[in-house]
Amino acid sequence: MELSLLLIKALIILAVFGVTLLIATYSTYAERKVAAFIQDRVGPNRAGPFGLAQPLADAVKLFFKEEFVPANANKFLFIAGPSLAMLTACMSSAVIPFGGTLIIGGEAIHLQAIEVNIGILYVFGIVALGVYGIMIGGWASNNKFSLLGAIRAASQNISYELAMGMSIIALLLVTGTLSMRDIAAQQGEELFGISGMNWNIFYQPLGFLIFIVCAFAETNRVPFDLPECETELIGGYHTEYSSMGMGLYLFAEYVNIFVASAVMSTLYFGGYNFPFMDQLGLPHNVVTILGTVVLFGKIFFFIFFFMWVRWTLPRFRYDQLMNLGWKILIPLSIANVILTGGAILLKQEFFQ
Amino acid sequence: MQSLSNRAKKLEKKPMNLSERMYLPAIFQGLSITMRHFFKKKATIKYPEETRPMSAVWRGLHVLKRDEKGRERCTACGLCAVACPAEAITMVAGERKRGEENLYREEKYAVSYEINMLRCIFCGLCEEACPKAAIFLQNDKLAPARYERDEFIYGKDRLVEPMPIELTSSAAAR
Ligand code: SF4
Ligand code: SF4
Repeated sequence: MELSLLLIKALIILAVFGVTLLIATYSTYAERKVAAFIQDRVGPNRAGPFGLAQPLADAVKLFFKEEFVPANANKFLFIAGPSLAMLTACMSSAVIPFGGTLIIGGEAIHLQAIEVNIGILYVFGIVALGVYGIMIGGWASNNKFSLLGAIRAASQNISYELAMGMSIIALLLVTGTLSMRDIAAQQGEELFGISGMNWNIFYQPLGFLIFIVCAFAETNRVPFDLPECETELIGGYHTEYSSMGMGLYLFAEYVNIFVASAVMSTLYFGGYNFPFMDQLGLPHNVVTILGTVVLFGKIFFFIFFFMWVRWTLPRFRYDQLMNLGWKILIPLSIANVILTGGAILLKQEFFQ
Repeated sequence: MQSLSNRAKKLEKKPMNLSERMYLPAIFQGLSITMRHFFKKKATIKYPEETRPMSAVWRGLHVLKRDEKGRERCTACGLCAVACPAEAITMVAGERKRGEENLYREEKYAVSYEINMLRCIFCGLCEEACPKAAIFLQNDKLAPARYERDEFIYGKDRLVEPMPIELTSSAAAR
């Protein structure tokens, strides 16, 4: 019994890991395609049908490049940087519930790698660790541009983590739990007679807005990609990197995007729940599998949104970035917490 | 400072209003523009498979013509080389021997004839200069991309038009 449970968990962890990597791989392809389409081009189309083998070609190319370590760099940290970035990026998808329960032989299996009752805090902590990868890499390169990029990354992440945390606090006031599984399950309840529509976005639109802006900043995406701002910093923190070190940094960014999209869909957009999920009268397992498909649909939409924004907006200036973070987002998120708290109190006083 | 023409307009940046300071309306406007481009017809021509239609007077790769009996028309007079503004053409002239009358039309012919396609600007002046109607720029062929510079120097092997089939067989019969 115990052994089979362990086996199932191991399978789920492997599956989640594999899916994360696969999606990150094809995000690089999707990014180039989206960029091309938005600019009226066709994008990579030579490697394989529709260019689908392009990520493989890129990976092979990166592997065969020389792994260059600058003479005055700290060798150990230089290699530790990208490894840490990749490690932290891959760790956070562990607590995301990718579906409800599958009932096999009277046994309920949760489609989630690890359930911890402080799931959000875990994700938050790991994401905060992610900046160490960038900082260590940037510092160890012993190059002023890398160092500037790393410092920018650190200060940017600290500033936006505050607002992000605040927006999550408001969400926690609504949900009353820190567990990702419970939050996802709560959103499957009825709203206006439609099951599976009790999404948090309807209670926390402002919180979601703050969260998505901060998610862009945390993943170092345009318009907040100042750590790798080419116009000022050559390549930012990965200026000195080549070969797989570079590859890991780029890859970690896409894994981060995937995780951020998954977290956003789980926290605000109902996770694996979809409208009318209980009213269709389908068997439980079918609903669960449909839910997983729907969740991935939402995740893909958010990944697409990340790219869409990247090819639309110009980059922020550094002072604008700090202004937005400290003077606008943090007050807004505090106001959001107070408003949410007030609304909950009012509801308890007068409607119960 | 007084401006010279007195026509300079004084521009002042207006302070941004609330919706502008919120950025969001502008962002959504931008997103809708990029989304419109996402579904637009793509401007790309997938080159080796698809080619742009060429005009009838397109000046492409050169060809050295043969006459109706399959003899080379060029007499190595050098007028094309003189006319060429890019100095792309070089040639070595030679005298036709007895028995070569079926190969060369005139008594003097080009032993070697080279055009450097990296120098050539495809102006077509060689074609206009030629008194023997020997050189033409084709309107359906390009000088393709190559890896080495010396591959761009086209000699007679690649410039002279191939012998028409009916002439080769009749020549063999004779
Ligand atoms: S096309 Fe113009 S540039 Fe080219 S060989 Fe003829 S005369 Fe010279
Ligand atoms: S191609 Fe014409 S112009 Fe040039 S050498 Fe031959 S005959 Fe003279």
